[in-house]
Amino acid sequence: MSRFIAWRLLQGLLVLFIMSFVIYALIGLMPGDPIDLMISSDPNMTAADAARLRSLYGLDLPIYERYLNWISTALSGDLGYSRLFGQPVLQALFPALINSVMLLGLAFTISVCVAIPLGTLAASRPRSFLDYSVNLAAFAGISIPSFWLALMLIIIFAVFLGWLPAGGIAPQNANIIETLKYMILPATTLSVVSIGSHIRYVRAAMIEVLRQDYIRTAKAKGAKNTRIIWKHALRNAMIPVVTILALDFGYLFSGALVTETIYSWPGMGKLIFDSVMGNDFNLALVALLFATALTLTGNLLADICYAWLDPRIVIGQEPS
Amino acid sequence: MTHNSPLSLAICRFRKHQLAIASLFLLLTMILMVLFAPLFERFLGVDANAIDLFNRMGQPSAAHLLGTDELGRDVLARLLYGGRISLATGLIAACIAASIGTVVGLFAGYFGGKLDALLMRFTDGVIALPLLPLLIVLAAIDLVKLGVPETIAQSENISFYRIILIVALVGWTTVARLVRGATLSFKEREFVMAAIGVGATHLHIMFRHILPNLISPVIVAVTLSVGNVILLESVLSFLGLGIQPPMPSWGNMLTNAQELIWQAPLLAVFPGLMIFITVICFNFLGDGLQDAFDPKAEF
Repeated sequence: MSRFIAWRLLQGLLVLFIMSFVIYALIGLMPGDPIDLMISSDPNMTAADAARLRSLYGLDLPIYERYLNWISTALSGDLGYSRLFGQPVLQALFPALINSVMLLGLAFTISVCVAIPLGTLAASRPRSFLDYSVNLAAFAGISIPSFWLALMLIIIFAVFLGWLPAGGIAPQNANIIETLKYMILPATTLSVVSIGSHIRYVRAAMIEVLRQDYIRTAKAKGAKNTRIIWKHALRNAMIPVVTILALDFGYLFSGALVTETIYSWPGMGKLIFDSVMGNDFNLALVALLFATALTLTGNLLADICYAWLDPRIVIGQEPS
Repeated sequence: MTHNSPLSLAICRFRKHQLAIASLFLLLTMILMVLFAPLFERFLGVDANAIDLFNRMGQPSAAHLLGTDELGRDVLARLLYGGRISLATGLIAACIAASIGTVVGLFAGYFGGKLDALLMRFTDGVIALPLLPLLIVLAAIDLVKLGVPETIAQSENISFYRIILIVALVGWTTVARLVRGATLSFKEREFVMAAIGVGATHLHIMFRHILPNLISPVIVAVTLSVGNVILLESVLSFLGLGIQPPMPSWGNMLTNAQELIWQAPLLAVFPGLMIFITVICFNFLGDGLQDAFDPKAEF
């Protein structure tokens, strides 16, 4: 097991390392560079000045040399300065990360708490009216454009009813109710979008489990139907479900980008979007790498959960 | 009805899936409507690009069935033209992505060994990337810096091709895995052995003997991914990184709607509704096709 984890960690680090170069190169391909930004704020700068500055900062070097320069300073702990926040990159990143964890944690909890009972109920009565309705709702959830749902919720609850704020985050010293008020709409949006796929995972896993022999045995020895479903079946169905949930949590960080942007929730997603759009190269680079690392961690957690929850699975050998 | 071929069996099973049938008809109607958008325009007596500043954000009326937007343009006509872009992006990008995935999967599964390991680790790597941030960076890069001539990079339709390309570049992984898995099992079968026996080339075996057997799962995957692609396109266009105005798409019609949400909330309703309906129809259709082609997946 520990060998397996070490192997996967190594793989993840390799992907992260390759991605750091890819992202660095992609950011280099975005319009403008730091010198263009200096030119736009200093009308007295001549073309010769710009060229001199470019060579001074090493911007005329080939891409791999610039990358090596960047990664060696980055690994020594200097990630640079954020242009938009006027702070070192990490200081701009951490509050955003905490805000994201708060929002995504709430959304994820709602989604799981709704999806597991609904998916189980649907699976326990296949082809019933309940099953069809749950399935229909799940399809609606996976098909709805999150940004449109966000707009509709704002129109209903902020514009027409005026019950909730249309966006932003509660001030630092606000009480819990005030804080929650700002979280309700974004968290609802995020959870509606993920509930659909979560219900489908739960339902599919339950249906698979209910076909197993030990369920028939449980029935044969006269166990009550509710006990079979909630005790025998659900526990086993949770194995694939937990795996997929772990995977999903990693993706949520980047998936929340649109929702966070619409509700101006100062989390990781909005940070990435703003830094890419605002030519904040240092911040964009680190934030993107951070998001990649989080997604990779989600993947790793999913694999570990799978092995840990299901003792029948033997891993530890090299993958074939 | 007698079932003497797998196809007629599949069609019969598909017809039991009422939602999928309804979705298919709705989608076909929608495609016909956007194809004949100019005809509708003339019939309704409106012009999708005619700006009328005296009639900004108009309520639905006889002249403008769904009202007018912030520049006084007819919302219904723009929805039709936007639908052209959104549906075309979805269908084309999904097909390109599926082709890439099919080729990768066929090669990985058929040749196995080192090539398989390399291609599949690469696929795993792409799957493990944060999709949306990556797409945003890809959509923001400067084509001139990539060496694309300025006349092309600045041309009007470039945003359309660009979005198809970047969505296809990240969307091929599902099909690649699926095709690889199926190829692995097919390459041991007798008809492949027979083909090797009579001296068929590897390419011939892959594309003429194995590929036709994989068509149905690939079709299901493509159908399901069209919906996803439309969602991605609309998100990027909404953020201002996809289809560029004045070309309408369902996504970019919502961009301004957010700023006008206090003055004209109705503007935000219709484009999103169209995206929602289209995507859910493709998902129902994919689900129905899956049940029809793969009876084992029945519950």
